[in-house]
Amino acid sequence: MNEILGILSENAKATPTEIAALLGRSEEEVARKIKGMEEAGIIKKYITLIDWEKLEVSYVFAVLELKVALQRKTGYDSVAERIARFSEVDSVRLISGDYDLQVTVKGKSMKDVAFFVAEKIATLEGIQSTCTHFILKTYKEHGVVLEDKQKPKRLVISP
Amino acid sequence: MKQKQGLKEVYAWNPEAHLSTKVRAMPPSGIRKFFDLVANMKDAISLGVGEPDFITPWHVREACIYALESGTTHYTSNKGMPELREKIAEGIRDDLGLAYDPEEQILITTGVSEAVDLAFRATVNPGDEVLIPEPCYVAYTPDVELAGGRARSVPTRLSDEFKVKPEDLLAAVTPKTKTLVLSYPNNPTGAVMTRQDLEDIADVVVEKDLLVVSDEVYCKLSYWGKHSSFAQLEGMQDRTVILNGLSKSHAMTGWRIGYALGSEPITSAMTKIHQYTMLCAPVMAQVAALEALQSGKDEMLRMRHEYDLRRRLFVSGLNRIGLNTFEPGGAFYAFPSVKSTGLSSQEFAELLLKEQKVAVVPGNVFGECGEGFLRCSYATSREELIEALDRMENFLSSLK
Repeated sequence: MNEILGILSENAKATPTEIAALLGRSEEEVARKIKGMEEAGIIKKYITLIDWEKLEVSYVFAVLELKVALQRKTGYDSVAERIARFSEVDSVRLISGDYDLQVTVKGKSMKDVAFFVAEKIATLEGIQSTCTHFILKTYKEHGVVLEDKQKPKRLVISP
Repeated sequence: MKQKQGLKEVYAWNPEAHLSTKVRAMPPSGIRKFFDLVANMKDAISLGVGEPDFITPWHVREACIYALESGTTHYTSNKGMPELREKIAEGIRDDLGLAYDPEEQILITTGVSEAVDLAFRATVNPGDEVLIPEPCYVAYTPDVELAGGRARSVPTRLSDEFKVKPEDLLAAVTPKTKTLVLSYPNNPTGAVMTRQDLEDIADVVVEKDLLVVSDEVYCKLSYWGKHSSFAQLEGMQDRTVILNGLSKSHAMTGWRIGYALGSEPITSAMTKIHQYTMLCAPVMAQVAALEALQSGKDEMLRMRHEYDLRRRLFVSGLNRIGLNTFEPGGAFYAFPSVKSTGLSSQEFAELLLKEQKVAVVPGNVFGECGEGFLRCSYATSREELIEALDRMENFLSSLK
C-alpha cells in the first residue's frame, strides 16, 4: 500500500500499468488498491507542482501568522475552519510556538493579499493579531528544488 | 646542416619502443569505440553507464566541505583514518557477522580498483594462475597480467544464472592455479551467489588450496535479502580477501574510496605496496566516507529502493519486447540475450545505437562467454528507461 503511495506522491501521473511494472504486481491489483485509497479519502487529490515564477502573470503568496483567542467549546477548530473556507487560502495549519495558526494565502497582487487579510481575516472573531510575510522567492517545494541547475555529467559509457 | 639532420635520424627517439611489453600486449578497452560514438550523438539514451545516476547525498558532501574549511588537508596513516577503519569493521560485523581487527586487517584504498590491483600484486608470483569467472568487470585480467600472473577465464552461463559452478572451476584449475576471483553481485550480469551456491564451490577452493579475492562492491545492492560472502563460510575468512567500497552503495564513484579486508599477512603485504605507490587514500574522501557510513543508511536504502523499482520495470520490459532476460538479484544491470535476433552483441549494439540512439555495452566486452548478451545499466531515470524500451522495441520490429 505504502509503496504505491510512495510512487504516486512523486509522480501523480504514474499509471497503474507503470506502478504494477515497478512493483512487480498485477495491474488490476494496483488499480483496485488506488481506488480503495481514493474512496477511503487517503488520496485526496492529484496535483501539479508549478514554478509560478516562470510565468508572465505569476501569483503572490504570503504566509500569515495568526494569534487566536481560544474559544471555550470549540478550541482552534472553529476559527481554523472559517479561515479554510476562503478560496484565497491555500493552507491552514495549527502550529506550536509563538503563534497559533499558520495560513498561506494566494493572490494576484500584494495589494490583493493585504486587503484580503485586513478585511477578511483580521476582522474574524477570535483573531488577536495577524502578521503577514510575503514570499519573495521559493527555493524548494514538495521536496523539489525549483531552480534548474545543470546536472553534473556522467561519462556516457563506463565499465 | 645536412649532417645534423642525418644524426637526428640516427638518434630518432621512438617512444613506442620504450613501452613495456606487458602494456603493449594489453588490448585496448572494448568500450572505447562506443564511448566515442555516443559522446558525439545528440539525444542518445545511454544505458552504458556503470555508476549511479544519483549525486552523492548532500550530508556527505557537506561533511567534506566542512572538513576542508577546518583544514583537514594532511596525509592520513597509510592504512587510512583509524575512525574510518573502525566504522568499516563495525559495518562488516553487522552485515556478515565477521570480526576484522581495524588495526591489522583493514586497508583503505583509492577506490576498489586500487584494492584489486594490490590484492594481485601482493599475492601473485610470475607464472601463477588466477581463475576469473566471466563475464566480469574488465579490470581483473589486465591487473593479474600486470602483476606477472596468468589470467584463466572460467565461463559462466545463462542456464546457471551466471553463477560459478564447481565443475567449471575444476576444468580450469592447473597445478599453477593460486587464486580465484569472485565478483558477486556481478557486473555485468547482475547475478548473485547465495550461501548455498558458495558452499558448492568451497570444496574445490579448499582442495586446490586457493586464495579467494572477492569483489563485493555491489553487495549493498542485493534485492533478494542479505548478501552472502565467501568469507562467511566456515573456515573461509582467512582464505578470503574481501574488496569493497562506497562507490555504488552511497553514490560515491568519483571520490575513489575502497577498502580491503583479509588476514593480517595479506593486508599487510597490500599495505606495503600501497604505502610506496599511493601513500594513503585522499583525506577529504575518507572524511566523506566516514560520514556516509555513520549516517548515510537512510539515503542508501532510498537509492536501493529506487534501483529495485527500476529493476522490475526494466527487466519485465525487456522480456515483454522479446529480449530474453533473467532476473538479476543484485547490482544495477540487466543482461538480456540477443541470440534470437541472429546478431552478435557487437552488431546489435552498434545498430541499436545508430538507428535508435540507445547505447548499451556488448556483452563480449566482459569476456567471451558474454557474447550474445548486452549489458544494460538501469542506473538511469525511469523516464529514460521507458523511452529506451520503446526505442529498443522499434529496433526489434525493424529487424523482422
